Amino acid sequence: MLAKEIERTGIPVVYVTSLPTVATMIGANRIIRGPAITHPFGLDEGERRRIVERALELLETDVEPNTVWEVDR
Amino acid sequence: MKAVHYVNQFFAGLGGEDKAETPPTRLEGAVGPGRGLVAEGIEIVATIACGDDFFAEHEEEALATLLDYLEDESPDVLVAGPAFGSGRYGYACGTLAAAAAERGTPAVAAMHPENPGVDAAGKAYVVPTAVNVAGMRDALPRLARLAAALAEGRELGPPEEEGYLPRGLRRNYFAEKTGAERAIDLLLGKLAGETRTEVGGGLDRVEPPAAVPELSEALVALVTEAGCVPQGNPDRLQSVRAQGWFRYDLDGEDTLAAARYESVHGGFDVTLANEDPNRLVPLDTARELEREGRIGRLHEAFYTTTGNGTPVVTSTRFGREIAGELREAGVGAVLLSGT
Repeated sequence: MLAKEIERTGIPVVYVTSLPTVATMIGANRIIRGPAITHPFGLDEGERRRIVERALELLETDVEPNTVWEVDR
Repeated sequence: MKAVHYVNQFFAGLGGEDKAETPPTRLEGAVGPGRGLVAEGIEIVATIACGDDFFAEHEEEALATLLDYLEDESPDVLVAGPAFGSGRYGYACGTLAAAAAERGTPAVAAMHPENPGVDAAGKAYVVPTAVNVAGMRDALPRLARLAAALAEGRELGPPEEEGYLPRGLRRNYFAEKTGAERAIDLLLGKLAGETRTEVGGGLDRVEPPAAVPELSEALVALVTEAGCVPQGNPDRLQSVRAQGWFRYDLDGEDTLAAARYESVHGGFDVTLANEDPNRLVPLDTARELEREGRIGRLHEAFYTTTGNGTPVVTSTRFGREIAGELREAGVGAVLLSGT
């Protein structure tokens, strides 16, 4: 819901979560599947870097509603 | 009449959050709340259980194994939960119930009406419960009644009569009053202060905002619903049913040090997050990218709340309030972490 309300004002949001199905049901539009509930942004810096960079790519991409990206394609 | 009962690791007696990665397992007869169902006349031949995190992170595999267990038992009904307000557990119950129903095994789950698992349940039945386990005694007889009805193969009446949540299905029936008369009734009711509807609403959709044109010039903000707060939780952010959100200055820090931050989220095991809070709010990486010029600037503060059992109307309000501040600050993009 946070994602949707921020998006409603026109600011693009990337939502990183390990439950993308719930995120799409609620209606978030830019979603990245995180590795785990206990650490959505990864365990180590290397993994974190990959996740954040993927999130930035998604921010730079025009999308259809409820788009879910994996970190590694 | 035989039933199979699905529970998570906690209700199966295998452990708490520390055992949330438990893969699917089968237990003989009834366990935990299942015994309460047996007392209501439901014959549980087996209990199947799975860790909440395992189901969330390996859904296909978990479902396949659980459905295999189900096929081995060939029960007359699958009962899942009650999950109350627990989002991961409810999601697992709903998803499993929907899959079982699709394959021909009548299924009923039980959880709080705002649990995301309700939507996951599809055509399977969901009995509404209180938001936490204090509602167990109230929930079990109602769940048992519906399970028995499904096992018998009895055709169920409408939701209000039988005690399950509306599934968004429309069934034709002859009403005593015409549509015009019922519409006037609803309008008069609304004028008197009582809003009713014959057809339920869903969540609205928001158009995806346009992509950020030039990230290297953008102001990026970090927002989280993982309950990340300064050590000691000075503003007393709740672990569940958050009453508010908070804005914390980052003071130009390069990283969220474990000594200075923690997570108070009550819905998952925060051990890993507390070892390194950057795992929830990626400040270290964001700062690096800011230094490298990949993003223009990182917002001087981050926003936090606990996304655990928050009613939709409340989280909508939080979102609007935070969005207002972000807009005023000229934020051009947001990284939001959820659990």
